[in-house]
Amino acid sequence: MASKRPHSLFYPDEMILNILQKVRTIAMVGASPNWVRPSNFVMKYLQQKGYQVIPVNPGYAGKEILGETVYSSLSEVPQTFQMVDIFRNSIAAKEIVGQTIPLIDEKKIQVVWMQLGVRNASACMEGELAGLEIVMDRCPKIEYGRLFGELSWGGINSGIISSKRRRLRI
Amino acid sequence: MKKKDTGLQPPYGFETRSIHAGATPDPYTGARSTPIYQTTAYVFDDVEHASDLFNLQTFGFIYSRLNNPTVSVLEERIASLENGRACVCASSGHAAQFLVFFTIMEPGDHFIASSNLYGGSITQFGESFRRLGWNCTFVNPQNPDNFKKALTPKTKAVFIEILANPGGIVVDVEPIAAIAHEAGIPLIVDNTLATPFLCQPIKWGADIVVHSTTKFLSGHGNSMGGALVESGKFNWNQNDKFPTMTSPDTAYHGLNFYETFGDFGFCMKARAVALRDFGPSMSPVNAFMTISGIETLPIRMLRHVENATVIAEFLESHKSVEWVSYAGLKSSPYNTLARKYLPQGPGSVFTFGVKGGYDGGVRLVENVKLFSHLANIGDTRSLILHPASTTHRQLSDEQRINAGTEPDVIRLSVGLETANDLITDLDQALDSLK
Ligand SMILES: Cc1ncc(COP(=O)(O)O)c(C=O)c1O
Repeated sequence: MASKRPHSLFYPDEMILNILQKVRTIAMVGASPNWVRPSNFVMKYLQQKGYQVIPVNPGYAGKEILGETVYSSLSEVPQTFQMVDIFRNSIAAKEIVGQTIPLIDEKKIQVVWMQLGVRNASACMEGELAGLEIVMDRCPKIEYGRLFGELSWGGINSGIISSKRRRLRI
Repeated sequence: MKKKDTGLQPPYGFETRSIHAGATPDPYTGARSTPIYQTTAYVFDDVEHASDLFNLQTFGFIYSRLNNPTVSVLEERIASLENGRACVCASSGHAAQFLVFFTIMEPGDHFIASSNLYGGSITQFGESFRRLGWNCTFVNPQNPDNFKKALTPKTKAVFIEILANPGGIVVDVEPIAAIAHEAGIPLIVDNTLATPFLCQPIKWGADIVVHSTTKFLSGHGNSMGGALVESGKFNWNQNDKFPTMTSPDTAYHGLNFYETFGDFGFCMKARAVALRDFGPSMSPVNAFMTISGIETLPIRMLRHVENATVIAEFLESHKSVEWVSYAGLKSSPYNTLARKYLPQGPGSVFTFGVKGGYDGGVRLVENVKLFSHLANIGDTRSLILHPASTTHRQLSDEQRINAGTEPDVIRLSVGLETANDLITDLDQALDSLK
């Protein structure tokens, strides 16, 4: 296995901010009911920031995670959602993008977001050709925290330089 | 959509980041300078918020042993200047080193350190760490192969000072980083003497950078402090050497720090476990002083180097001086490495040998009038020390020679006074040796 993590991809702050602003509902594929799993951390945080997060996980279909009903697949979700957040590995990401594309119009999907460590170049190309915005190898919780100052509270380099007061929320 | 491979290098220049990184105006008051948040604790919105904070599910402040808004500004600034991902500050440089090793090592583990280190680090590693079951082998860093030869299956890290205290020695980082990475372990670099203005070790392969911010970063001899920075590039999962990072943490209900926090998982762990449980946190006032110090770091370091160069040249031509070890001098065997790793100059801490041995050294430090005779470096004031009669007094002659502190050695930390005044002072004090 490589001793270094792969080079990070570059997404302009304005692009990430724009996504976090226009998206209100997120379908989270791979959401876990176990509260120490990263997906559960992220779901809870995003809920606190005002997003509705709909968990998708065939193993828990019909049950609830953090107050939301779990569905077995994206097509089962009975409402619209602007973003798919993928908490699965890079290989599975391809299949999930494949399931997303036919639902774009019906569910009003604009963005597919792959979590930290999840990257799939061919899924990215396919999604972009279908008109989706794709973010890979990032976490929406970390990006929200980075752009609105909370990440800096942990001594983490946000890369943000500004002479304006920072907004704390969208 | 635009996508390019840039890593984490921010687009702003070093000077801009020295002033602005981490420090946007206060969101409530608009205060432009960073406020000193002199508070021990922070209110919770409700019990759910409290439990989210304790479980690390959300970002925020609980108690100033863990983090504090003034200290976090300093942490983000140092992370930015080192081109790192994240930083944790501590009450001193030694405390920061402890936090790093506690986050990597288990009892019975081993690490390799350069033998050219600040004397206090040699004692910390060789004596106090050993009592915790963390075993250190010291090797001469001039031959990188020495690190390779000292590797064992239990070796978890390599530690060096790129510009070594007491001074004049530059270590060839790149081949040492390659040896560490081939062995699947991180390279830790103490960058105290160079500061990120003169050298950014992450660029040369360092995975973790440590600082005594007590020195040039705060820069005015008024605030103790330390920092650890992680590059965000080390893969803790590549082998089974780092269970502290990659296996469930019982203190956090089975949380896996590397999986959950990714490229800043090391700093999260150092803060949430080592800093929380041992408690060597930096005070907000010291953070404020250090933040203010760093704002002028670039111009201070340029002048430190300029003054050090003039004084090293003066000493080299003085008849009461036997030798001068400053890597900025053409005569130094480290001049080539200094040009590579420290192109703007190898700092302002160096050593020289005075004629008259031990007694000559004692007379010199007692006769200076502008240099301050004390055990510190990295101040606006020029500092002088005769290790054999002070910091290394308790050692045997043989131990002193191994430590590079023979009876005639004088260490200078050249400050920011008028160079001619410093020369005049050394000249009159050296004259008293005749
Ligand atoms: C290179 C170096 N590292 C670490 C330290 C220890 O730092 P502190 O005194 O802040 O604990 C020092 C202090 O002299 C130093 O010179």
